[in-house]
Amino acid sequence: MKIIVLVKQVPEVADVKVNPETGTLIRDGVPSILNPFDELAVEEAIRLKEKYEGEVTVITMGPPQAVDVLYKAMAMGTDKAIHMTDRIFAGADTWVTALTLAEQIKKMEYDIVICGKQAIDGDTAQVGPEIAEILRIPQICYVRKLEIDDNGKHVIAHRENDEGYEVIRAKMPVLLTATKGLNEPRLPNIMGIMKAKKKPLEVVTAATLGVEEDRLGLKGSPTTVRKVFPPPKKAGGIIVEADDPKEVAKKLVEFLLQKGAF
Amino acid sequence: MGLIFDRDKCTGCMLCPKSCNFGAIEKDDDKVKFDLDKCVLCGSCEEVCPADAIFIERQIIDKEAIAQYKDVWIVCEPHDGRLRSFSYELVTKGRELADKLGEKVVALLIGHEVEGLAESLIHQGADKVLVVDDKILAEYTTDAYTIAVVSLITPRKPAIVLYGATSNGRDLAPRVAARLQLGLTADCTGLDIDDERQLVQTRPAFGGNIMAEILCPYTRPQMATVRPNVFKPTERDTSRTGEIEKVEIKISPVQIRTRVMEKVSEITEGMISVEEADIVVCSGRGIKEPANLELPRELAKLLDAAVGGSRPIVDLGWLPPTQQVGQSGRTVSPKLYFALGISGAIQHCAGMGTSEIIVAINKDPDAPIFGIADYGIVGDIFAILPEIIAEIKRVQAER
Ligand SMILES: Cc1cc2nc3c(=O)[nH]c(=O)nc-3n(C[C@H](O)[C@H](O)[C@H](O)COP(=O)(O)OP(=O)(O)OC[C@H]3O[C@@H](n4cnc5c(N)ncnc54)[C@H](O)[C@@H]3O)c2cc1C
Repeated sequence: MKIIVLVKQVPEVADVKVNPETGTLIRDGVPSILNPFDELAVEEAIRLKEKYEGEVTVITMGPPQAVDVLYKAMAMGTDKAIHMTDRIFAGADTWVTALTLAEQIKKMEYDIVICGKQAIDGDTAQVGPEIAEILRIPQICYVRKLEIDDNGKHVIAHRENDEGYEVIRAKMPVLLTATKGLNEPRLPNIMGIMKAKKKPLEVVTAATLGVEEDRLGLKGSPTTVRKVFPPPKKAGGIIVEADDPKEVAKKLVEFLLQKGAF
Repeated sequence: MGLIFDRDKCTGCMLCPKSCNFGAIEKDDDKVKFDLDKCVLCGSCEEVCPADAIFIERQIIDKEAIAQYKDVWIVCEPHDGRLRSFSYELVTKGRELADKLGEKVVALLIGHEVEGLAESLIHQGADKVLVVDDKILAEYTTDAYTIAVVSLITPRKPAIVLYGATSNGRDLAPRVAARLQLGLTADCTGLDIDDERQLVQTRPAFGGNIMAEILCPYTRPQMATVRPNVFKPTERDTSRTGEIEKVEIKISPVQIRTRVMEKVSEITEGMISVEEADIVVCSGRGIKEPANLELPRELAKLLDAAVGGSRPIVDLGWLPPTQQVGQSGRTVSPKLYFALGISGAIQHCAGMGTSEIIVAINKDPDAPIFGIADYGIVGDIFAILPEIIAEIKRVQAER
């Protein structure tokens, strides 16, 4: 089985602070991590390989330092990596990100393409399905549980939906996006970290990808960010100590009634 | 831009004429031929062709072409014989946007046996409802719904298409966007029209730490998924009239590459979905034991609210995953949100920070949840919550 895993390096969003004066993000000193949902995808790919044999290739598009997440994925157990890095790729929105990754995937053989349901910095959940469309393969998003059918040709996946989940069967090749519950990702061990350094790592640029520059990066992106600003501040909330629970409860209910909350 | 047909590759399987909703493909000897005057480049044939003999070149539209795109479309979501509430919220918001543009609101009603719901959308403010009713659409599948939406958009050229940011909406919208090579903005919490008649899409990023305004200047339609419960629907006007148009779209089973084998609902009897509820009572690790969830359940029952949980509570199996609020769970935006024994980690806040009124009860005065609470109570849930329940009962009895 040939599996492609797509990963992204993201800032540890929990550590991101906002400069109160400028409203801009303070990213200095914020660690970069492998997107947690992508970690689920990496783990699942490795488990499939362990069970059905084959090869797992991990791909990221990102600046030079994003190579770290490729080494992490290889330390966990993926076989090789592709780093798509070029200044021309910078500023890509979801559509161009999907296009860039898909153009690379088109050159490869695969049964399954798997990625996280969303990246924790942008939270869009769009790149996976957009890639599936460009590759013209089916997609199953928000997968919590994955099995391969006995015939070895179909996947059977539990797809989370608003009420619970649905069990979906699709023929490979297929694109899957991983969500919480799919597995518990392993921690890379020392052996894995050592081995990762020797695994093949290919670098792909706009030139080697063979896509015209004006279809890539910011230039190719149909969406543009006009403005970034801090979320509207709530008019300072009321904070009370609950010395007298009865009294506090009364005050709260009064407040809620006044706001017409129920 | 156009359709490229490789006649040598064509095997004459005749799948493509069946898939064409515009009658643009016909048999030609042992192969097919295309009527490019009828073709709208929707890509259904490209999709079904097993021989890769059809290729559609798509290109970015120029500014002049943009002016041809008109109206605000809402992709509504029927579910269990009703419409998901975001459908009405977006028709209301769409009305406001369309009025600014001097254009129409068109609601898309796709499914099976859904026509009866059309009138309520007109009453809500739609000028027109496009109904696509087919057995093959009874259940959501990415492929069938993508074909339906793309087949509607391509010839009719809307300026704006809005989807609900539900599990299905967020599965469908990117697929449609990629097929039409369009931009797409995810999970918007604000929408407006600027001086240049562009849709300004506002959404949170970085776990809600910042907001971004996103435009789609070069392509049409402008598309976005919109967070449920952010916009409030207006009162419906039952005297409003509008047009209901039934559209037939051919979708054959071979075009649907996923099969739904089973559907499992985890929303247990009497439990309300956190996304659609006006009030959410959410408990965190501070609730300590599953048996203690009786308290928030009682409060929820009084207020007709949904019972939610932070991630640890759901991971422990005390509530089903559908009730988890936050980045790896549901994004909610109710009128009133109770955070009971929840510390307020960024991943939690990312899923509830846009709630209208946030009430937090926490023992720890330094808990981050107090930073976003409208009404914070520093104290023990088990001492305070029973009093709140008693007070609400008293008030309700007086009504
Ligand atoms: C990728 C990723 C995704 C995540 N997604 C989510 C998500 O979707 N949703 C989510 O919720 N979390 C998510 N998390 C986890 C998140 O970081 C926090 O760990 C989690 O939200 C904490 O839950 P909690 O507030 O219930 O528990 P805690 O942080 O343990 O807080 C419990 C609180 O209860 C208070 N307390 C205890 N006893 C009492 C009492 N008797 N009365 C009053 N107060 C009391 C304590 O003071 C404390 O503040 C995610 C994390 C990661 C890394």
